[in-house]
Amino acid sequence: MFDQQTVMMLLEGVVDTLYMTLVSTFFSYVFGMVMGVALVIWRKGGIRPCPVLYSVLDVVVNLTRSFPFLILMIAVIPFTRFLVGTTIGNNATVVPLVLAAAPFVARLIESSLLEVDAGVVEAAQSMGASTWQIIFKVLLPEATPSLINGSAIAATTILGYSAMSGAVGGGGLGKLAIMYGYNRYQTDIMFATVVLLIVIVQIFQSIGNWATKRSDKRIR
Amino acid sequence: MAEPIIQIVNLEKRFTGKNTDIFALQGINLTVNKGDIYGIIGQSGAGKSTLVRCINMLERPTGGQVLFNGRDMCLLKGAELRQAQRSMGMIFQQFNLLMQRTAEENVCFPLELAGVKQAAARERARELLELVGLSERRNAYPSQLSGGQKQRVAIARALATNPAVLLCDEATSALDPATTESILALIKDINERLGITAVIITHEMSVIEKICNHVAIINHGRIAETGPVREVFFHPRTEAARLLVIPEALQNMPHERLYRLIFNGRSSFEPVISNLVLACGAPVNIMFADTRDIGGTAFGQMVLQLPADAEARRRVIEYANDRGLMLEEMRHV
Repeated sequence: MFDQQTVMMLLEGVVDTLYMTLVSTFFSYVFGMVMGVALVIWRKGGIRPCPVLYSVLDVVVNLTRSFPFLILMIAVIPFTRFLVGTTIGNNATVVPLVLAAAPFVARLIESSLLEVDAGVVEAAQSMGASTWQIIFKVLLPEATPSLINGSAIAATTILGYSAMSGAVGGGGLGKLAIMYGYNRYQTDIMFATVVLLIVIVQIFQSIGNWATKRSDKRIR
Repeated sequence: MAEPIIQIVNLEKRFTGKNTDIFALQGINLTVNKGDIYGIIGQSGAGKSTLVRCINMLERPTGGQVLFNGRDMCLLKGAELRQAQRSMGMIFQQFNLLMQRTAEENVCFPLELAGVKQAAARERARELLELVGLSERRNAYPSQLSGGQKQRVAIARALATNPAVLLCDEATSALDPATTESILALIKDINERLGITAVIITHEMSVIEKICNHVAIINHGRIAETGPVREVFFHPRTEAARLLVIPEALQNMPHERLYRLIFNGRSSFEPVISNLVLACGAPVNIMFADTRDIGGTAFGQMVLQLPADAEARRRVIEYANDRGLMLEEMRHV
């Protein structure tokens, strides 16, 4: 159907997309995890209630999440240039991707951690657990299946964002779809990228489901 | 001489509301002695769970003192508080086990928190699971265990750090009667063998009767009555105590001339009521009767309506007193 050159180009697109998605997911989790944990422990009734910091973080997360990704990407161009030195290509795309996804990941993590039974946290407190011990020995391990499930959702969302970044200098499958499909009316290439994106999403979700099930000791 | 281990002095817990403050606990005074199985009973909403949480500082009291071995828990902070908390194990109605850990790992949990080396913790966990009779289920996850087994794991976990006190918050309320029996027996066994003081929060008088030696009745955030279980059972002094000792069925009956007769083990071979009726020549109306097991001895109670005739009534009461029967008027049910 496609000549070898086109196939190579599509493969390269897949690799670029995966690279952007995975690197961004990783960094989104680094920042999102901290924010998500903070949102849980600082909230009213949390293990370290701190209403002021909680409200500030809550607003910041909401603000960042209300930005449409395409606009956010353009808005942070100076910041991206400062950090990476360029505003086009895969690495440059990672910056806005992380900025957009970290608050989303924070919310996912927050909701996963809130699922942990308050009674279990109370039991740990009755045993003299410190705040850090509750975070690392109770909240995160008990929420693991839900966190894994959330990470599949996060990765698919970031994949979608990364495709969007093709419009303003990002690489990967999104760029191919826009360049060939939109600008050059090569519908077959656009179709191929869509199929590839669907396949990648399916794979992410399947891995996520499998890992969630495997990690959960509650269902037997 | 009984040595106090927990002394609660003038304890108060106030929740600040939007318009008015709510007193969950007020003017609580009670003393738990070493080796006691101390029951705290009350209706739901009476404040008993708040009270037990104030003992190990899961809830910070807003006033008063909680002395644990003479030290005021309310003044402790940080590492010192956590250290003190490790001297008190706690079990819960919903067990509160870590669902992603096996039984053995759950028992290891408090040891990990205390910084015990993993190998030593594993060994201790196995010992404790042996103690609660769950050795062969040590690799099972909580979701694979029954309610009673989960509570056994929770008890083993609570005992891991060698506490002096075991706090039980409605520990049998989610269990069926037979399992309740076995868990209560286990708590009693731990109390006797390891000398661990137990504080038991419950809304069921039967739990108190079965294993407690001392009871406090809590009502609307205040202590209504405290005393040895038999004492409270035989002579409830307050409304709240009477409600617990005397079954609900009786509470809507006409309550004129109602007397409560208590049988201890000795009088059960004698046809007490028949003899009383024959001797006094006056009929009595039996309104209610049951048998309770208090600290391993069977006690019967019967509620009688005595004759309307004052003279006949006097004879009955005199006869009962002469025979050493415990017969007391129920002024108000």
